[in-house]
Amino acid sequence: MSTKVLLCGVGGQGTILAAHVLAQTALCCDQNVKVSEIHGMAQRGGAVTTDVAFGEHVESMVCDSGSADIVVSFELIEALRNLPMLKNGGRIISNKEIIKPASVLTGKASMPHNIQEELSKANALLVPAHDIALEVGNAKTSNMVMLGALSALLDFDVSAWEKTVQDFVPPKTIEANIAAFRAGRASIAEKVM
Amino acid sequence: MELLSGNEAIAQGAWEAGATIGAAYPGTPSTETMEAFARKPNVYAEWCTNEKVAVEVALGASAAGARTLVTMKHVGVNVAADPLFTAAYTGVGGGMVVLAADDPGMYSSQNEQDSHYYAQAAHIPMLDPSDSQEALDFTKEAYSLSERFDVPFFIRSTVRISHTRTTVETGERISENDIKGYESDPSKWVMMPAFAKPRRKVQLERIDALRKWADECSFNKRIDGVQALGIICSGAVYQHVLEALPQASILKLGVTWPLPEKTIKEFADKVDALYVIEEASTYLTDAVKALGVKVSKPPYSISLAGELTPGLIKNAFNGLASIDYSNIDGLPARPPALCPGCPHRLVFRELKRLKAIVTGDIGCYTLGALPPLACMDTCVDMGASVSMAHGFELALGTSEHRPVVAVVGDSTFAHSGLSSLISTAYNKGAGTVCILDNRTTAMTGRQGNPFNGKTLQDRPSRELDIEGIISALGIDNVNLVDPNDMMAVRSALKEATSNTDRLDVIIFRSPCVLLSRIKNKPYVVTNCTGCGVCLTLGCPAIGKQAESGLAYIDTELCIGCGQCAQYCRFDAIVQSE
Repeated sequence: MSTKVLLCGVGGQGTILAAHVLAQTALCCDQNVKVSEIHGMAQRGGAVTTDVAFGEHVESMVCDSGSADIVVSFELIEALRNLPMLKNGGRIISNKEIIKPASVLTGKASMPHNIQEELSKANALLVPAHDIALEVGNAKTSNMVMLGALSALLDFDVSAWEKTVQDFVPPKTIEANIAAFRAGRASIAEKVM
Repeated sequence: MELLSGNEAIAQGAWEAGATIGAAYPGTPSTETMEAFARKPNVYAEWCTNEKVAVEVALGASAAGARTLVTMKHVGVNVAADPLFTAAYTGVGGGMVVLAADDPGMYSSQNEQDSHYYAQAAHIPMLDPSDSQEALDFTKEAYSLSERFDVPFFIRSTVRISHTRTTVETGERISENDIKGYESDPSKWVMMPAFAKPRRKVQLERIDALRKWADECSFNKRIDGVQALGIICSGAVYQHVLEALPQASILKLGVTWPLPEKTIKEFADKVDALYVIEEASTYLTDAVKALGVKVSKPPYSISLAGELTPGLIKNAFNGLASIDYSNIDGLPARPPALCPGCPHRLVFRELKRLKAIVTGDIGCYTLGALPPLACMDTCVDMGASVSMAHGFELALGTSEHRPVVAVVGDSTFAHSGLSSLISTAYNKGAGTVCILDNRTTAMTGRQGNPFNGKTLQDRPSRELDIEGIISALGIDNVNLVDPNDMMAVRSALKEATSNTDRLDVIIFRSPCVLLSRIKNKPYVVTNCTGCGVCLTLGCPAIGKQAESGLAYIDTELCIGCGQCAQYCRFDAIVQSE
């Protein structure tokens, strides 16, 4: 059986890059890996998911309803949307940030009132990724904050994570991304210890 | 070991096999294949205007002896079908491999057709890899098979093969295939009846040989499990079956046309009940049944609509009716939207204001169909906007009717909208055609096209002159308009549609915001009256405050295009200092 991680968010939030870093780290730690991405029309600000499966053997590349060991959401409404993907006893972590869908922006639909309540029922770990990213220097690194938070839930060596981050981000942004990764990891580490 | 997507692996396989020439039109989920091939050393790769052209370019290069790669999405195969069916008569010179990338689940397509039917109908052998390693290995081998059997080979993938990264062991390039040069042979290459009739016989003999080979091919794999449960499947579905039914005996087909008949019959004899599991069609089920093999149905049916998952398969066999995919109640949907600052936005807003019948086309701008713009009446296939508008005009004729306006992107216009426009012009059709020229093929990731003069490998190009081409058709009224200027858009559309017996073309030219990446000072809302007009633009950066009903602008999303400010009658939207 493989471990399945579902990364979800809104097109443009950097979920695919985060999924690539997770996958490469797993590969460096001698795991078999599959990453399934969705490209194209959905990326234009729509809801997006990327599935990462790793383990000694990996078969299907997709997460199903009730099959994800971990759901990592880069946005709060998407966390709720993907909650049914989580398996019994799975962990969900989510960025606290909310990006309102078009129907809410234009007043055609209202925000769900029960987001926090539903997520807390699922013992979700909420990460103020935007604030943390700003604090350590760059709002654009909130995907690395979320990745750092995820890393605290997995057994891979921190040096493997950081090496992959370095390999995947533009050279000029390595420092900011590593700082964001570390801050994200620290924010969750104390809660899951 | 490295992680490669199926698309990258296919490109690697082609390169390792010594392919030197690639031709394609971009289309999700196939696009990255040709992009990856283009980055390899010692290859030539190009974007063509459409898939038919790409197949013909590759077939010409193959005739001259080169190993060639052609890639397209499933609906591209429809466009390319004409040369493909006859390429299965001529055969090849150098090996030729064609990727058909299907989209079950329709993540980025207008239908979920199954390309297997093309293999069967055109008599072109098809290989279905189930991960990136197989994508590489099958593609590489397909070149020598193509030359051995003198026919192009299809590689068929789906979203979950093309866009899934799995571990791959890459190899060396065999050797650059030495171009033998072309040897004239009209009996092979000139498909007029006198020559095609003997080639048809050659084709039939080839099919017999291919059937024999399919039974010997190591790409088909048997996994021995319990005798009670036998599954036939291929591609990504194989991975889902492994996970859903780990106890099953499985025959995984690597060759999906022609089918390995003996292998299938032998497998069927060894299991008590045989099931065929496939996505979005009954191609495989019907073909297995046609061999006289009894195919059982799982206790609960598997939907033909959409892609499969391990859970859907498990539930069909374990007696659960269906997976509960119900969302949490009351969760607002999040469909994709035109980007903040998209130059297409005002055109749709103004077409809605005009109450036009809008025939749409394939690209980002198809999103103009979604609320609040909600201004598109049809979208069928590449180039259809122009020809369907002509059909609307013919049917509505001289009756009092709303103006008919076609909207087509620059790349789609080059793909096939141009031939539609020639037809309308030739037949003296009326109406208005808007070319939404954002200087790129935006939806698939900003590829080059004839009208932006960018080529795949940054080779020298010609930037084709849209106005010049259209003028050459004899269309009198060709207007170039800045789509970011509300009044200009409004008056151009009004002028074009007011004259009902005339054919007008308006070129709305402004680069895609993802191309220019310009971010001006954001706009802010000052003394909002809450009239809500700015919200009708559907800009992701503009929202309405829940309590006050007043508008606000998200300054992080706003790129400062100023489109919304032109719609505010109260001058309440201003650029920040």
